[in-house]
Amino acid sequence: MTTATVGKKRASRLNFTNLFRWVVGSVAVVVIFYGSIKSVASGRLSWAQWRDLMVFGVAQGSVYALIAMGYTMVYGVLRFINFAHGEVFMSGAMIGYFVADALNRAGIWNEQPVVSLLIVLLVSMTTATSIAVILERVAYRPLRGAPRLIPLITSIGASFTLQYLFRGLFGAGTKAYPPMAAIQGKWIIFGIPILKSQVIVIGSAIVVMAGLYLFVEKTKTGRSMRAVAEDPETAALMGINVDGTIVKVFAVGGAMAGVAGALWTLVFPTVNFFSGFLPGIKAFTAAVLGGIGNIFGAMLGGVSLGMFESVGPSLVLGGYEVPAFNQLKDVVAFSALVLVLIFRPTGILGERLAQERG
Amino acid sequence: MERAATAAEPLDDLLPAPVLSLQRAVRFGLIGGMAAVVVAAIGMVETFEARTLIDPFLALGLTTLYLASFTFGFVAGSPPPEREGFAKPKAGLRSLAAGAIAGVLAGVVLSAFMLLADAVNLRNIFVSVSPQLLELLTFGKGLGTGILLVLVVSTAVGVAGSAVHLIPAQVRRPIMYTVMWVLLVGLLQSVIEPVFRGLGLPSLIDVLYEEAGGLRLAGVVIVAAAVFLLSFFLGGKGRALQGRLDALPAQRRRSYISILLLVAAAIVYMIPRVVGPFLSEVLDLAGLYLLMALGLNIVIGYAGLLDLGYVAFFAVGAYTTAILTSPNSPRFTPEMTLWASLPFVVLAAALAGLLVGTPVLRMRGDYLAIVTLGFGEIARILLNSDALKETFGGAQGIINIPNMVIGPLTVRGPEVFFYPIFIFAILAGYVSLAIQNSRMGRAWMAMREDELVAETMGVNIVAAKLSAFVVGASLASIGGALFAVKVGSVFPSSFNIVVSITILVLIIVGGMGSVPGVTVGALALVALPELLREFNEYKFLMYGILLIFMMLKRPEGFIPSKRRALELHQDEVLQDAWLQIYGDEETGPQEEGV
Amino acid sequence: MTMRRHKYLIAVLLALALVATACAEGDAETTTTAATGTTAAPGTTAAPGTTEPSDVTADDFEAGDLGGIFIGPGEAVKIATLQAISGANASLGTDQVRAVKLALEDKGTINGHEIRLAFEEDDLCRSEGGTIGSQRIVSDPDVVGVIGTSCSGAGVPASKIVTEANRVMISGSNTSPVLTEAGGVAGPAWNEGYYRTAHNDAVQGAAAAKFVFEELGLTKVATINDGDPYTQGLTTAFEVNFEALGGEIVLSTAVGADDSDMRPVLTEVAAAGAELIFFPIFQPAGDFVAGQAKEVSGLEDVELMGADGLLSDTYVVLAQTKGMYFSGPAVPPTAAYQDMIAAYEDRFGEAPIQAFHAHAYDAAMILFAAIEKVAQVNGDAMFIDLRDVRDALYATDYQGLTGHVVCNEFGDCADPIIQIFQNTDDTPDIAAVRANRLAEYVPADLGQ
Repeated sequence: MTTATVGKKRASRLNFTNLFRWVVGSVAVVVIFYGSIKSVASGRLSWAQWRDLMVFGVAQGSVYALIAMGYTMVYGVLRFINFAHGEVFMSGAMIGYFVADALNRAGIWNEQPVVSLLIVLLVSMTTATSIAVILERVAYRPLRGAPRLIPLITSIGASFTLQYLFRGLFGAGTKAYPPMAAIQGKWIIFGIPILKSQVIVIGSAIVVMAGLYLFVEKTKTGRSMRAVAEDPETAALMGINVDGTIVKVFAVGGAMAGVAGALWTLVFPTVNFFSGFLPGIKAFTAAVLGGIGNIFGAMLGGVSLGMFESVGPSLVLGGYEVPAFNQLKDVVAFSALVLVLIFRPTGILGERLAQERG
Repeated sequence: MERAATAAEPLDDLLPAPVLSLQRAVRFGLIGGMAAVVVAAIGMVETFEARTLIDPFLALGLTTLYLASFTFGFVAGSPPPEREGFAKPKAGLRSLAAGAIAGVLAGVVLSAFMLLADAVNLRNIFVSVSPQLLELLTFGKGLGTGILLVLVVSTAVGVAGSAVHLIPAQVRRPIMYTVMWVLLVGLLQSVIEPVFRGLGLPSLIDVLYEEAGGLRLAGVVIVAAAVFLLSFFLGGKGRALQGRLDALPAQRRRSYISILLLVAAAIVYMIPRVVGPFLSEVLDLAGLYLLMALGLNIVIGYAGLLDLGYVAFFAVGAYTTAILTSPNSPRFTPEMTLWASLPFVVLAAALAGLLVGTPVLRMRGDYLAIVTLGFGEIARILLNSDALKETFGGAQGIINIPNMVIGPLTVRGPEVFFYPIFIFAILAGYVSLAIQNSRMGRAWMAMREDELVAETMGVNIVAAKLSAFVVGASLASIGGALFAVKVGSVFPSSFNIVVSITILVLIIVGGMGSVPGVTVGALALVALPELLREFNEYKFLMYGILLIFMMLKRPEGFIPSKRRALELHQDEVLQDAWLQIYGDEETGPQEEGV
Repeated sequence: MTMRRHKYLIAVLLALALVATACAEGDAETTTTAATGTTAAPGTTAAPGTTEPSDVTADDFEAGDLGGIFIGPGEAVKIATLQAISGANASLGTDQVRAVKLALEDKGTINGHEIRLAFEEDDLCRSEGGTIGSQRIVSDPDVVGVIGTSCSGAGVPASKIVTEANRVMISGSNTSPVLTEAGGVAGPAWNEGYYRTAHNDAVQGAAAAKFVFEELGLTKVATINDGDPYTQGLTTAFEVNFEALGGEIVLSTAVGADDSDMRPVLTEVAAAGAELIFFPIFQPAGDFVAGQAKEVSGLEDVELMGADGLLSDTYVVLAQTKGMYFSGPAVPPTAAYQDMIAAYEDRFGEAPIQAFHAHAYDAAMILFAAIEKVAQVNGDAMFIDLRDVRDALYATDYQGLTGHVVCNEFGDCADPIIQIFQNTDDTPDIAAVRANRLAEYVPADLGQ
């Protein structure tokens, strides 16, 4: 039995799948194109409105990308999806609320907007980082080397535990951040009026992700992270503290989620115990879409997902005059994920360093 | 150090037993205290206190609170693991000391929390930290006396926890059983009372229970005596009985089994009449979940495909039934009977299984999880959408689904509905067991272990994956059909991701791949929260903690399938290796820190 | 070989189970008709009132076709609540449970018998919750009636179960037309034992449409629902009435209840050229619609309108909701209502948190009145004929907190006065918003 025969057998068996791929693919392409053309041609939305939709999509997508960073880094190193990462994000936003509320009561919130935002950001990052690190220590570390499903299911458990722990501690009610006058309104950038809050979100996301890239590529810690991702045993032999590195990966992922939590509340100034679940799933989708384990993939996946959600329903479904199509934006997002994965089972940019370990 | 060494048996070639670390007790005490504070701050103590276990001393709230001290006292007092070349470590006074340290520290942490809550109004942030809670924690004796009491009680409970290690093994089990059963009988008053009434023994209720709730002292004595005697004398007899049965000649064994089955059938027949309508309703619900869990068990437990959108198949079953049978279905109104619609329901689910299964053929575990989750959400959103309102009724759902009719009989009410659900659950269990040992079942299990190797050995992966989805989907759709007929209406809000997660929790806690395990899981995790409303509020928190705990300590579930346990054995060795290192870090003299 | 044996056993089991189902079915039929437990069998004619009061039993009373409930000396009259007391809609149910407790204390006793709230069940705002909760309640044969449910979706199965168990249920907040009537025709989920003191959605939709068309003079409206049966039903009612008046629904759309990014949908609203957005949804989605509407170009001057789901203290304080209109059931500013609010605050430490407490209070009160009216008293004992309770409820004519409560033949008992409020910079809290009333409609104004 040589690998060649196995390959041949595999090829013949997968014909069905190939056929399916092509049928689904062609149908999808036709449907999407026809819908888009009809939609644009109908002139229902003006060019400025399409442009606005795209800006909204990029803003939403950059927050997804930040959260997706945590999924991707953990996956890159441990090969498992930390389902509870959405709750790490929520924890940052939640504790941030209490600080924002206190600042508002003290009258600092609107007096010193920059300082206030930085304090909230710092608190959110600290909280999210600590939760991520504690999670790693308590729930994931004892599971190294267990079959793949086990840490995944543990993380689903952790997700529920955190959600309902926060609900028990802080109540089920939705908490509204105090409004900040300084970030209301729009700035004109390249002739396009964009909401101030969205400019801040997109700008911070770019800065933070560039920082993360440099950190992973250029620093010693970043190198040891990549080494552990490549091969933990060899990395350990080379004198790298594997456990310590993994903790750092969780810490960095948590910090990213904390930043995302603070930025999210600029655009959507409310938080409740369930706030992390949906963005978490979306970010997870974004990470998979872009190619999990891949930092650029997470950015690309996040922005694409934001665009799919924002522009997709109006562009494709609007063309078919589907009633109330905005209700179906998650259907569009998940269908896009399925379509991409049918053609590229490891996401748009592909998994990084993951091929050799299954 | 010396004491432990002298306590060890003086075998000259063994090194002295490793000594129980008191540093560890300090750490566990602090963790235990934190756990107690969290239990109090999420409002559990206050909510649970409404349920009296033993009148008038013990209610569930404080029991839960001090369970932290007990557990961490137990863990702190457990003797270090036996090592090769070392003498066997024994529990001794040092264990008790460790328990006391853990208990007292837990008490100190809890007291600190009480002082804080008294000094500052925490309620703006922690909604459950109310004056009533503080009153409860101080035993209603004021802060000063209260803290003293907390310290004393916590220490005593911690010592009690560690003292478990000192009880000789042959009595330990009966004693633990007795305590457990007394608490359980106190807890399940609302279940036991209607059962006694149904059995025609209402007088027993007054002997056991106080009318306002809680066991009477006489009840405690009776239950304790009964359980202790039973477990003391009958412990291990079950296996002997099984052995004797196996030793019988085949002919007689078969007739014995037939008789046993008949008796079982008679008991099952009696169940809904004895327990009354409400408990029947709860059993029905557990039965529906069991049916679906058996289906998901095939997909995850047998074939190893993590499906997080299993609720979609349940929805397909329920909606197909609703559309085919209800006169209020918006688009098609064939108004079939349930039985005529059932083949179409299963067909629709099988198609849905193919629809979900085909795109994910080439995807691995984690991708599969997110894509199936996506499919589950897509199903719910589409059913709820205004776009498809003309077919599925949108948010208004489909109502007036007719009752199940068997021949001349109309199945109405939870007591009667118990039987069809029971029959379908038995059938599903039978299908699961039969399929497990079939060619298909073996192909699934081979695939679960290693797809490439399985393919090399001649397993058709495409067929195996698709068939797993189709079989799983069909079982869920029958569950959906029964659900639709039972409730009489379907609304999209009933088909959210929480159902998928609940079913997942059932099969993991019960034992993946194990039919009896899943059954016990459904009873414990679906029925119990329905019966005890206080639990309902914390249901998902408990589910979450249970999932983590099971994965860390017992990934094969409470009642594992033999094969699965064997397979996991290898992993467990690995895992134990990790735990070993973990343990070393904790007990070893060199503290590395996190 | 083993397979065959198993099959044989399964077949035996199946047959047995089928027989069991059949037998049990027969039994269930008899128990249902006889009503349950302590109740008297139908048609048994016993000479009433000849025995000593303390020896009175259920047999001394004559029961109608639904059976009856015997309340012995010193025993309590049992009622139950079935409300959403957990989850996202917990405030809706909690408010009503409290109101029922107040009503119970205000009423005191019925013919010397204490009234006991025997069950406080949770309808989870879903059909399963309605099923299991009502099942639990009717499993106690002594419960006369249920005050619930909070949500119409839970009400559909509960109404059927309670009716089939010969009891009655009265809801203070179900508004879906399917449970009672639409345009003089019984709704598909109508059941004989179901009543409600809440208004029918059809009325509120008509009132809101009339206000927008006639008072605001707007003709182009977009509606947004969130996929909840209540919001979806209300927007549909609004659309039908608005178009009948001659207005144009430029967009009828929906969002998810968990969505936060409303800008795409609002862009569509802007493109459609709406002058007003009617979004009778809940928080937090309602926060986002109001907040983001100001940020989407083309919607700078659009008017916003919500309904009673958003008439809450946490919503009207938000800066983005200033200027918004709301429709909602009226609460007449009578002295009796003010007394009830005072008692509520005194008892529960906070003001009522939702719009339906007075409706639940009235629901409990008309149940008590019906029981009192039909109770057959014999010494210290009392007998409640369940057929009589239903008839008495249909004949209800009661001056309640929410107005004049009269039940029609489909169980709609509300005196549905719908009011329109506006939230302005001068209305800091919900009470002020409610005081800032712009219009008031009664069904006669709406041609219903």
